[in-house]
Amino acid sequence: MTALEASGWQRIHPLSPLVRAGAVLLGVIAIFAGSLFKSDHGSGEIEGRLVFGGLIAIWGLVSWLVTRWCVEGGDLRIETGLIRRSSLRIPLSQVQAIDIVRPVLARIFGLSELRLRTGGASESSGRLAYLTAKHAEVTRVQLLALSLNHPSNQSRAQPPSNQGLLVRIGVGQLIASIAVSWLMIVIALLIVALVVTAFIAPGAAISIIGSSGAFTLGLLSAVWHRLNGSFRLTVMEGRDGFQLHSGLLDTTAETIPHGRIQAVRMVQPLLWRPFGWCKLQVDLAGSQRKGGENRAEAKQLRSVLPVGSREDADRLLRRILPDAPIELIPAPLRVRFKSPLRYHNLAWGRSATVVVTTTGRLARVTSWVPLGKVQSLRLVQGPIQRRLRLATIALDTAGRNLALSVRDRDVGEADRVLLELIDSCRDARLNQRRVYPGAS
Amino acid sequence: MVTALVLLLVVAAGGLAGRNRAIVWLPATAALAVVVIGAGLVANRFAQRRVRAWGYCEREDDLLVQRGVLITRLSVVPFGRMQFIDVVAGPFERSFGLATVRLHTAAAASDARIPGLGSDEAARLRDHLAELGEAKAAGL
Repeated sequence: MTALEASGWQRIHPLSPLVRAGAVLLGVIAIFAGSLFKSDHGSGEIEGRLVFGGLIAIWGLVSWLVTRWCVEGGDLRIETGLIRRSSLRIPLSQVQAIDIVRPVLARIFGLSELRLRTGGASESSGRLAYLTAKHAEVTRVQLLALSLNHPSNQSRAQPPSNQGLLVRIGVGQLIASIAVSWLMIVIALLIVALVVTAFIAPGAAISIIGSSGAFTLGLLSAVWHRLNGSFRLTVMEGRDGFQLHSGLLDTTAETIPHGRIQAVRMVQPLLWRPFGWCKLQVDLAGSQRKGGENRAEAKQLRSVLPVGSREDADRLLRRILPDAPIELIPAPLRVRFKSPLRYHNLAWGRSATVVVTTTGRLARVTSWVPLGKVQSLRLVQGPIQRRLRLATIALDTAGRNLALSVRDRDVGEADRVLLELIDSCRDARLNQRRVYPGAS
Repeated sequence: MVTALVLLLVVAAGGLAGRNRAIVWLPATAALAVVVIGAGLVANRFAQRRVRAWGYCEREDDLLVQRGVLITRLSVVPFGRMQFIDVVAGPFERSFGLATVRLHTAAAASDARIPGLGSDEAARLRDHLAELGEAKAAGL
C-alpha cells in the first residue's frame, strides 16, 4: 500500500472554489465594491449586498467541504456535490497521461490543477482542482507510478527514450505568425472600415462600436487563445510521450503518449508561403476540453508546432512517425476536370505503416495516418467520378477532427490499393498490440 | 410513395375545406394528384434500385457493406475494430419482420449499415459478429 493509498480521503485546497469561479466572481466583487464606495445608498442596500456576498462565501465554503478525493483499490475517486452527489471513479490502469494546468488566477495563489487523460472518448474528466503546486507535482508522479505498476500495464514496452528538446517557439515568431493570418487581416479591415466611418459619420461609428461588443470580444478572444495557447511552447520527447509546455497567463504542461496520436496534419497556408512557414497539428483520441474553451475551440487539433520552418516540422514529424513515407504519387491528369483548384495539390503515398495524403486548394494540407490507427476504410465513387473512372478511399480514425481521404485515384489503382491497405492495417494492428499491449 | 400518398390526402382534405370554390379546386386537385402520384412512382423506382444495390459480405477478418446507386460506397470494417453492434427495428420494419444491423467503431464516420434484414438473419449476424469482434479485438 503506497503512501498515497494509505492517506485516505483528502481535500483540495480551500481557495479552489474561488479560483474555479474565476474571473466572473472577481468581476462581480469589483462591481459591488465599486458601487459600495461610489454613491451613498440607504443602509438597507449596503446590508443587502453584504448578505449577498456572505451567501456567496458560504456557498464557496460548502462546495469546498463536500469535495474530497482519495486513491482506493487502484482507482482514483473524486466526490463532489452537496444535494446531487457525484462520485467519479477513474481506474488508474486506464490513465495515459496527467496534465498540469495553471490558469492565471491559480498561478497567483500558487495552485495548479491535475487533469487525468484516459483512453476513452468520453468527456467526463478526472480533474483535481486545485492543489498547491508542489503537492500537485508530487501527486502527479505518485499517480503515474501507480498507473504503471498496475498488472495490465506491466508489459508495456517502453519506446526508445530521447529526453531531448525538439522544438521551442520564439515569442517573436509566434506574434509574427498571428499577425500574418486571415484573422488578423479581418480585424485590420474592420478597424480601417471603422476609422473611415468615424471620419465620415461619427455618430454611426459610435453606435457601431457600441452594438458590436460581443463580436469584437469574440475576435479578441480568438487572438488571445492563439497567443496564450502557444506562448513559449516547448516540445520535448520523454519516456511517456511528448511533453508540451506552453502558456502566457494560463500555463499548461501536457503529455501526449505516443499511442494516443491518431493522425498528424501539416498545413502550409497561402499567407505564409513567402516565409516558408508551416504548422503541424495532431489529432488525439478522446480529447478533453480545457476549462474555459467553448465547443468550437475544442474541435481544433492540438498544435504541436504552431509555426515553424519546414526543417522543424520534418524533424518533429520524424519523431512522431518514424516511418513516414517520402515519395508521393500525384493524381491522374483527368482529375483536372473534376477538381481544377485542388489538382496540383492532390497526391498520396504510403510506407509499410503510414499513409500520407496531400490536398487543399489555397493552402497545402498534408495528412499522415499510422495504419495501426485506422478504424475502417471506405471506397466512395460519386457520379462524376464514375464518368472519369476515379474513386476515393477514405480512412477513418478515432480522432474527431481529421478526415483522411486518398482522393480521386484511378479506379483500378483504388481497388488494388484498398485490398492492400486492408491487409496492411491488419498487420499494423497486430504489431501495435505487441508493442503497446494495453495501450490506446 | 407513402409520403406522396399522405401528401395527396392532406392536399385533398385542404381542398375539401374550401368548398365554396368547388369549380376551381376539382381540376386543380386532380392535376396535383397526378403529379404527386407520378413523383411517388418515380421515387419508388429509385428506392427499388437502391435496395437492389445494397449488399454485404462477411469475410474472415472484416465485413464489407456496399450501398448506393448514384454515389456508391463500399465500407470495410475489420472485426478487430468493431466496438459494438446495433440491431434496430422501427415499427414499420417490425411489421414486415425486418431489422437493421449497424456496426460501430471508434470513428464517428464508420457507416456500415445493413437495413432490411430478416430478424433471424439479423440476430445471427449480430451474434456472429460479436463473437468475432471479441476474438480479434485490438486496442484503440
